[in-house]
Amino acid sequence: MSIWEYANPKKFMQTSAWVLPWITGLAVATLLAGLFWGFFLTPDDYKQGSTVKIIYLHVPSAMMGIGAWFMMLAASLIWLIRRHHVSALAAKAAAPVGTTFTLIGLVTGAIWGEPMWGTWWAWDPRLTSFLILFLFYLGYMALWGAIEDADTAADLTSVLCLVGSVFAFLSRYAVYFWTQGLHQAQSLGVVGGDRVSNVYAAPLLLCIAGFILLFVTLVLLRTRTEIRARRISALLARERRAA
Amino acid sequence: MIALLLRDLRLATRAGGGFGLGLAFFLMVAVLVPLGVGPEAATLSRIAPGILWVGALLACLLSLDRLFALDFEDGSLDLLATAPIPLEGMVAVKGLAHWLVTGLPLTAISPVLGLLMHLAPAGYPWLVLALALGTPALSMIGAFGAALTVGLKRGGLLMSLLVLPMYVPTLIFGADLVTRGAQGQATTTPLLFLAAVTLGSAAVLPFAAAQALRMNLR
Amino acid sequence: MNLQVVDLAVARGGVAVLAAVNFRLDAGRALILRGPNGLGKTTLLRTVAGLQPPLAGEVRVPEDQMAYAAHADGLKSTLTVAENLGFWASVFGTGSAEAALAAMNLTGLRDRRAADLSAGQKRRLGLARLLVTGRRFWCLDEPTVSLDTASVALFAGVLRAHLAEGGAALIATHIDLGLPEAALLDLTPFRAPLSGPAGAFDEAFS
Repeated sequence: MSIWEYANPKKFMQTSAWVLPWITGLAVATLLAGLFWGFFLTPDDYKQGSTVKIIYLHVPSAMMGIGAWFMMLAASLIWLIRRHHVSALAAKAAAPVGTTFTLIGLVTGAIWGEPMWGTWWAWDPRLTSFLILFLFYLGYMALWGAIEDADTAADLTSVLCLVGSVFAFLSRYAVYFWTQGLHQAQSLGVVGGDRVSNVYAAPLLLCIAGFILLFVTLVLLRTRTEIRARRISALLARERRAA
Repeated sequence: MIALLLRDLRLATRAGGGFGLGLAFFLMVAVLVPLGVGPEAATLSRIAPGILWVGALLACLLSLDRLFALDFEDGSLDLLATAPIPLEGMVAVKGLAHWLVTGLPLTAISPVLGLLMHLAPAGYPWLVLALALGTPALSMIGAFGAALTVGLKRGGLLMSLLVLPMYVPTLIFGADLVTRGAQGQATTTPLLFLAAVTLGSAAVLPFAAAQALRMNLR
Repeated sequence: MNLQVVDLAVARGGVAVLAAVNFRLDAGRALILRGPNGLGKTTLLRTVAGLQPPLAGEVRVPEDQMAYAAHADGLKSTLTVAENLGFWASVFGTGSAEAALAAMNLTGLRDRRAADLSAGQKRRLGLARLLVTGRRFWCLDEPTVSLDTASVALFAGVLRAHLAEGGAALIATHIDLGLPEAALLDLTPFRAPLSGPAGAFDEAFS
């Protein structure tokens, strides 16, 4: 059995209907556990006080803001190469979720930045590249919304996602070149050990897992909605032709 | 292909072609900004590279939504798609024509506007060089955006939303090149990056844009 | 040299409109497509001209031998008649547009801007473009819209000359072109069945 069988809308609907309740439950459980642990069971930082705890929202949502774009890129490529409709709809479904995560990342960053750096916003490379990513999301969603024919919309947004990825990547490096930042370097890393003390690392990892599960849940849910919407328009088109 | 280039240039320079609108817009920006921020030479000279670049970018954007939309509406695009010219070549030629009627004149008058903005004397050659190097990228990226939105009503607004984020690298490197040049600092890095963005755009985007046009035509 | 359409199915807006269309067009022949509005004649012609991919089946045609003319003539209103036609002549690499201007009775209008032409004159200019393409197969979608009787006769003459030189034409039209030798094909029987092959997307989704 090939993995591409799940690209058939019917198969996808059946499988996702079965998976969805479980993954929703798992996402809720992981998030609740991670956030509770993070907010109530870890000590305040000696320098940052309780504000440090916003990392349990900030870091995972920022990661998923980028992760969602990569998922859309992969889904767009699958659509362009293999023309699986579910893939195109999954990319469409992921965009608003990714946008929201990016926005949460920006807003929580601002809330944390005000007491820590003394400013809501700084033109720091990380912040700036996130803002630019947010703009790319807006353009992508606007293009989906503007084109009537579903297949053409899928085609064009996929091309935009591909080319946009290159420019988003380029912008990131251009922005780093443009300014040196306030933002601390990456906090979690595989190489060279973590720079987050262990007290915070464990609940943070749990929160990241929770956000990933939340992302998968939302994308599955929204993809199912998109498939249903698509089915309705197919039925309507058929009815119009019969009339 | 040369015939297409000549036709586009001729259309742009005839009445109603919109040639000069971009230039006038560019001039407006250079007049309005000092009115907004105040006439102090020191302030203006500091923000001059950035303002001139943003002005050039917006002026370029003004005429882009007509790049393919007019040909789409009157059916020329269908006919060009069945012509012996590859669509990729057509996109490249139309991008070039757009640059010749917007980017190149903008580059040519930029020193005058630099004067209005009190650009430091050392910055003038760099301003011209940066615009000459960077504006072709603006036209090519814009051609891609125009190809994506060609069949849409009110495509112009959407196109700006798609294209402007993609202008970020060109803007950053271009403005930085002028700033560094004006302050007498080393300019090699932004110069090379700016050239790289332009060359990369010119090499790859005609293919992406032609693909988008094919998707829009069917 | 001929054009063959084999088991062709075409879709408009993701919905199949015509299916299992088969015909063959030999050099020197004309084929007139008939059928009620909305049947998919334009879609079929666009597919044959290579502007959109077929839903199923194939179009066999020698490469770079199709010329397409539809409702929009692709004229630039600020260019003169001669400039408009000269542009297409150089795009297709056939050189001069004078013969085509003369054939469609446009020589007297050559320096007039396309914006100042009447609808029928524009149409004649659009059809003159076919002559400068130098291509053998013409795909014509309602070529005689807004032409008067004299112009229709003029165009029929041009068409006949094209066929005599070994050309061929596929024409969707409702009026009598005055081409008794042309074959007729009614597309109504090829209407895609409701339960038949829908667009790939819709098949998967219904």
